[in-house]
Order: sequence, then C-alpha cells, then structure tokens
Amino acid sequence: MTEAFIHAENLTFSYKGSNGADDIPALTNISLDIQKGEYVAVLGHNGSGKSTFAKLLNLILEPTSGTLIVGGTDLSSGDLSEAELIALRRRVGMVFQNPDNQLVATIVEDDVAFGPENLGVPMPELRERVDGALATVGMSEYADREPHHLSGGQKQRVAIAGILAMRPECIIFDESTAMLDPLGRREVLDTIRALNRENGMTVINITHYMNEAALADRVVVINDGTLLMDGTPDEVFARRDELRAVGLEVPQCAELIHRLREAGVPIEGTAISTAKGCAELLVAAFSKRGNENG
Amino acid sequence: MDKLCLEHIGYTYSVGTPFEYTALDDVTAHIRDDRITGVIGHTGSGKSTMMMLLNGLVKPTKGKVYLDGYDINSTAKELYSDWLKRPEYQNMRKSTAKKAIKAEVQRRKRGLCFRVGLVMQYPEYQLFEETVYKDIAYGPKNMGLSEEEIRERVLYGARFSGLSDDLLEKSPFDLSGGQKRRVAIAGVIAMKPEVLVLDEPAAGLDPLGREQIFNEIRQYQRSTHSTVIIVSHSMEDMAEYCDDMIVLAHSKAIAEGTTAEVFAQISMLDEVGLDIPQITQLIRMLRKRGIDVPENVYTVDRAVELLRDHYQALKGSQT
Repeated sequence: MTEAFIHAENLTFSYKGSNGADDIPALTNISLDIQKGEYVAVLGHNGSGKSTFAKLLNLILEPTSGTLIVGGTDLSSGDLSEAELIALRRRVGMVFQNPDNQLVATIVEDDVAFGPENLGVPMPELRERVDGALATVGMSEYADREPHHLSGGQKQRVAIAGILAMRPECIIFDESTAMLDPLGRREVLDTIRALNRENGMTVINITHYMNEAALADRVVVINDGTLLMDGTPDEVFARRDELRAVGLEVPQCAELIHRLREAGVPIEGTAISTAKGCAELLVAAFSKRGNENG
Repeated sequence: MDKLCLEHIGYTYSVGTPFEYTALDDVTAHIRDDRITGVIGHTGSGKSTMMMLLNGLVKPTKGKVYLDGYDINSTAKELYSDWLKRPEYQNMRKSTAKKAIKAEVQRRKRGLCFRVGLVMQYPEYQLFEETVYKDIAYGPKNMGLSEEEIRERVLYGARFSGLSDDLLEKSPFDLSGGQKRRVAIAGVIAMKPEVLVLDEPAAGLDPLGREQIFNEIRQYQRSTHSTVIIVSHSMEDMAEYCDDMIVLAHSKAIAEGTTAEVFAQISMLDEVGLDIPQITQLIRMLRKRGIDVPENVYTVDRAVELLRDHYQALKGSQT
C-alpha cells in the first residue's frame, strides 16, 4: 500500500484565548487520509474550522495534538528545522481568497518568479519555471503586464502560477473563487481541474459553493471542528437533511431530485450532483414510466 | 411607477488621458417603486459605476438620473425659468425666489445620500466606531436627528438586519464576519432611505448566511415598501429574490424587465459571461432529450412543480 500524501489522525487545534481566557477549540480529532493526485473539496459553514485545517497543512498553524504527516514530514512533532519548513511550504502551496492581497511585484512575471527566486533557483531554470507556470494557467501573453490591470480571475491565475513555479506537489485553494465573477470563477476552476487531471497535482479546494464541490472527486464536510462527512459528491449530497442542519445546502439539481422523490416520483440512481447526471436519472425515470404504459 | 430612471447615461473615467475608459455607454434603465430590482453583469460591466450614479456620488458624463422625476444633478440655473412659474415662487420678488430655489436645490442635493442609501461591497471593512450602537448611529447623527430619534433609528436598523440588542454595546471588531456585515447594513437602513442599494450583500458568506441576509432584505422591502436594488453575480440568488432585473454587459444595459422576462432571454445571458442557474441548464437538457417541459424555468420550486406534473400525466395516461 502506498503511503497517503496527507495523513491526519486525531488532529486537534485550539486557538489560544487572549488575556487568560479559555482556549478556543477549532478542530477536534480529525482523522483522514488524502492520496497523491486526489481532488478534494472541503465544505463547512463560516467558522466551521475548514480554513484552520488548511493552515495546518503547511504549518501556518501548529497542531495542538494528534498526528499530521504531510508528504512524509511529521508536522505534529513540533521540532521542524527552518530548512524542513521551507521545503514543506514549497511542496504545499496555498492560494487565498482576495486576489489583491497575494501579488507582490509590479510585473506579472516578476510576481511569478518571486517564490522560486527566494528558493535560490538559478537563472536559466528560473526563466523556464516562470514561463512554464504562466503557460499552464494560460497567462503567457500577460507576462509583462502590470497585475493591477488584470481582472480578478486573471490575478488569481497569476497567484496560482506563482505557486506552480515552486513545483509543489499539492495546492490548497482557500475560497479562491469567492471574490470572482462567474467568468473568473470558471477560469480558475478550469485551471484547477487541468492541474489535477493533466499534471496529477493533489488539489484541496475549500469552498462555499456546492456546484464547485460537485467538481471534485471527493467531498469532506467539516462542522464545528469535527469531520461530519467524507465521500464522493453524490454520496455527500444524498445527505441533504444533515447538510441543511449544519447550514449547508446541496446543488440545485440534487435538491430537485430529493424533492421529486418526496413528491412520490420514483427516481433511481445516485448521480445527483451535476445537471448532466440528474438529466440522465430523470430521463430514465420518465421513459420507464412511458414503457410501462406501452 | 418608476422610482429611479436613468436616461441615456454615459460615464467615462479619466477623460483625455491614456487611461480613458467608458464604464457606461448610453444606458437607459428604470427602477420601479416598491420592488426588489437586481442588477447583474460581469466584472467591469459598469454595475458599480451605475450604483454610484444613483445617489450622486459621481455625476454622469452624459444623460440624466431622475429620482421621483427630479433630475438629481440639476443646477439652480437650469431650473430658474421653470420653477419661477410654480405657485410657491410666483408671489416672491424675483431675486428672493431665485435664492429660495437655490436653497431648495442645495437641500435636495444634501438629502440625496440619505434618500438613496448605498451599502458597498464588503462593507464590514468600513466599520470604525467603538460600539455597534455608535456605528449604526453614525448616519442618523449626520442627518441632524435628536438623541431620542437616533436611538429609535438604531433599533430600527438593528431589527431589520437581524442584530440582537445585546450586540449593540459590543465592539464591532469582536463580531463574526456575517454580523459585521449586518452592522454595516443596519447603519444604512437606520437612515430610512427610500432607495436601498446593496452591492453584493452576500459575497463570501456561507449558504445559510446568504439565505438569511437575502431573507432579511426581502422582509425589509416587503414591510417598508421601499425600493431595493441588489447588485450580484449569482443568477441563482437573483432568480430567487428579485422582482425585476437589469442586465449590464460591456457598459450597456442589454435587458430589463421582470425576472421572468429577463430569464426568458437565457441564451443571451450565456453569451455575456453570466452563469445560468444549474436548474435552468438541467431543464434545457431534458428538453433536448424530448421531455416536454417549458423552457424558462429558473427556480427549483418551479422545476419540482413541472416535473411532478409531468410524471403525474405519464402515470395518468397509463390508466
């Protein structure tokens, strides 16, 4: 059996209370494995602990207790050297919510070069990495532009390129599409999917959008700091009532299937998370009825 | 009746510089009284500029903005000849009347930001007072109201935004993101604006937070009969909560009407880079597969109704 890229066992984290107040638990006993090359969406309401989980993965926060091993490095041991920490951050990149807060340089390609330059990547290779990263996110023709003239979706793609140039093994997207318009969101999601499918990148997408979660291979739901669900999008969205109880919802099509079933329409099958899947289920349900008639 | 009316509005940023940029180009749109109007469009379509025009924050380069039929950017000079004929000015000496008209125009201009309340995007970053109460009171205070009236206004704003009384003495910076946003909205509602404009009020909130905020806005509109304008990217939310819609694309208004009328032009929405609700996509696919359901379905409620009936009809034909 191959070792999981991320292995969490009873992972627990509490924020220190200020002025002697009690510590505030954010994550309690999370146990899960994420394999190399997986595309995982993480759902949870505001304050559920999903961003805390992401920040633990590249040690922006340190686990309070439990085990967390990322790419063979034990992050819960508490004695990582500076070099190990830098190596970890290179291997696990993060893209945040606000496109304006992540770009540091005044020219797009300088921004993409910022990470690898700081890793000490020498010149011919640096050029190669920057060009490659920009090509991967489809931003090559903007290499010499100023970032502040780009759209939100383009800025996020530049931020992704900056991470790619460090050759990571895993990228975490922390609500990276929340501030984008539908077009920008589509650009970023297409990029994420291509990275996962074509480059085998391990992707963790933390999101509020159910339609986005439906694109992943696996959906993890965190509620009040504990792991509530873990399964394929179809499996998770089949549990509508439980999701609703914790302030989440299911995609519109899944909601439709649930309500039609409640109204007595016999619909078989489980593919409820995408419009395409639902269309198949409905066509099958209706034609079955039609055949019975004939 | 039209509460607000935009006529042939043009707006260009940085005229005469290399950065000259036309944000709005010959836009004509109507916003009806006692309705929730949704304004949608991709980034850079001119939505935010349009919102700033509505309360006089920016003046159009071309065209006029009418609030209750009054051109909000008119100057006293432009009005003299017309208004001098009005009964209230007719009996005055001409110079006195002109002074009175000038004062009236000034008064209207100052009052505009109270009549049209603007809640910007991510308004929680604009909170600044020590307590929630003081922050909500900022607008009413600037209207020159008495302490007692201010108190009444703060409670009014807090109630409509779903803030409980025990939060009022807290620092706004100790609240959660969703609560902070409510404080910002309460501060504008406390001015009792005739028109409430909200730019992406639910951005960044989780599904429950979105639903709550939109429900509060709807409840506020239905009970005050004021005019509410919501700017958003989310077609699913717009379909659910708006009575009317205006679609902006590339600096132009390309559609306006009731939500049903605008969604009837779904293919066009696709072309201008807006998301079609998933439920609408599904119905389209079903039609392509030969299932006989109407085309313009944009809420889950409607889809459930239609498909349930479709099934019942199939079942009925069996017996």
